[in-house]
Amino acid sequence: MNEDLPQEYGPKWSDQRVERMLGALVCGVVALLLALIVTVFVHAWPSFAHNGLAWFSASGDVEEQLNAISLSAQTSGEYVYTFHAWPLIWSTLLITGGAVLVALISALFVAVFIVEFAPEWMSNILQPVIRFLASVPSVIYGLLGVLVLVPFIGNHLVTEEQKASVAGVISLTGYSLLAAILVLTVMIAPIMVSIFSDGLRAVKPGWIEGSLGLGINRWRTTWKIGVRSARPAIVAGTVLAVARAIGEAVMLAMISGSVAFAPNPADGLIFIYEPSRPLGPTIVKNIDQLSSPPFNATLFSIAAVLLFSAAMFSLAGWLARRSMRKYLMP
Amino acid sequence: MQDPPLTVPPVPPPDQHDPPGAHQRKGAVEGSATWSLSDRIGLAICWALGLLFCAIAVAIVVYLLVQGIKFLRPEMLWTPAAAGFDETETGGFSDALFGTMIVAAMGIAIALPTGIAIAVWLVEYGRPTALARITESTIEAIAGIPSIVLALFGTVIFSSTALGFLSRSSEGVVFGRSFFAAAAMLSLVALPLIVASVREGLNSIPRHVREASYAVGKTKAATTRRILLPTCRPQVATGAMLGLGRIIGDTAIIVVLLGATQNFAPVEGAAFPFNYLRGAGTTLTNFVYEASPTGNLNQPQKAYAAAFVLLLMVLALNAAVDVVHRRARKVGTWSH
Repeated sequence: MNEDLPQEYGPKWSDQRVERMLGALVCGVVALLLALIVTVFVHAWPSFAHNGLAWFSASGDVEEQLNAISLSAQTSGEYVYTFHAWPLIWSTLLITGGAVLVALISALFVAVFIVEFAPEWMSNILQPVIRFLASVPSVIYGLLGVLVLVPFIGNHLVTEEQKASVAGVISLTGYSLLAAILVLTVMIAPIMVSIFSDGLRAVKPGWIEGSLGLGINRWRTTWKIGVRSARPAIVAGTVLAVARAIGEAVMLAMISGSVAFAPNPADGLIFIYEPSRPLGPTIVKNIDQLSSPPFNATLFSIAAVLLFSAAMFSLAGWLARRSMRKYLMP
Repeated sequence: MQDPPLTVPPVPPPDQHDPPGAHQRKGAVEGSATWSLSDRIGLAICWALGLLFCAIAVAIVVYLLVQGIKFLRPEMLWTPAAAGFDETETGGFSDALFGTMIVAAMGIAIALPTGIAIAVWLVEYGRPTALARITESTIEAIAGIPSIVLALFGTVIFSSTALGFLSRSSEGVVFGRSFFAAAAMLSLVALPLIVASVREGLNSIPRHVREASYAVGKTKAATTRRILLPTCRPQVATGAMLGLGRIIGDTAIIVVLLGATQNFAPVEGAAFPFNYLRGAGTTLTNFVYEASPTGNLNQPQKAYAAAFVLLLMVLALNAAVDVVHRRARKVGTWSH
């Protein structure tokens, strides 16, 4: 009987077997993620163990510490692990925070515009534009940043007095927080826009109509009803964008400047022209040191911090969305 | 769900093939003339930002087009990079171009079947429920892992002696950098996009289609293969192309796992395709990174030329996604 049937009815492709095969694959992917987390933290452990909480502190010069780590491996004496990463963390916070803030506000306006207010022709242009901006490789953004934006900032925005005022500490060449934040904003805003506009489109029409029926104009209705009900999507989009921003390494390695310097907002507005180097680019720039054991541990400790913060952001986003379940479509 | 006549499109475009249920809230019945000043300022900000995004996109395309036309010479596409003192002597980036194609093909060859399988399991099987929820979170987590962390993880896996046959190894030390290593890690970058897209496609197929298939005696596996997957072919294609875009555009994994060379570095003593695939290499993204002023080569003209080629690839993928979407729309979707 079985011989007459096509192959997929035979025992080779029976349901149980297919289910088991797919299930095994799924388990494999889950195991891979666990292996990744464990591997990163195991390799990072020596650095955390030697530094303790001081890993996150600011003391000494990060570049000198990295040099000492790399030297200690070459001279094959005692490995040195001392590493205080605060300037790198601070730079990550400033750049990510700045870019996410600017991108969040502008993406919200653009998403509202696309969904509610743009004329047909305009939203037909905007949607492919947003999709295009989201798909441009980060290295192209980096290239344009380093060849167009950085020289512009260095030559035209930063004044000579500003350069002179910090001459002994750091040189302002255009590699700056400002350049990094602007380019990162352009990179992550499209991600936000596409998720926000999906959320806005899914708002129950009845809620909008109710508000319109009460005589509230469309602008206020959109912001008070539409945007509020789309909050789960806004959280989801923001979390995704934050994860992208934290993990962005190559583009920032190209334009944020490569000094481990912590720009201080207390110095006045000049701090946005100061160079710095976030966590991700530090890994990219020092990747050739990967074979030396203490440096390897240091790089993996940076990766572990990145991984942990990305995970914490998704957890926070998940918790936030859980409390907003009532806004979700049934 | 049909939208009530809250707003009516002023002139219904003749060639619209929107699936039923698509929301149409376009076209203001109520002008902004009656709004208060602050609301009108808000609308002006909307317009300004929308136009700004368009301007940025146009600026990127036009600028790279101009620079590409200025600096791209056809012979760069088939000349490998060479050492030289200035940009006239350093050859082209053919190895990078081929590298991008190899990495994209290998990465998608791993990611597409895996992604489809995971999506099918999640939608069609999905039991035990706990495992399904864990898998969903896993896919989400993989989407959130910075690619530089994936790259570092890759160095650990592929420098293990057990996987030495996938890269160059000498005297027991495994180099760990190869097309295999890079493609394997890049497939993880593409995986979440493919899973999400295929899942969406499978979810949009109504229950009665499956039931009809079961009723004529097809097994679940046969239904999936003969009915469900062919039906959501557009979504599979979309997922694959989105994944391809991410693979082509990724730089961190390439820099770490494919090597800092600008030429193919085949492994001696291996059979033809494998000597190249086991060796180090480069891709367009890596070339652009290294040729930018912050990289080791510092040849901005070549960087522009390579970036232009890369942008053309991305634009072609975007256009392909559009075509697939439009075709799928014309065919129509299931009515709910």
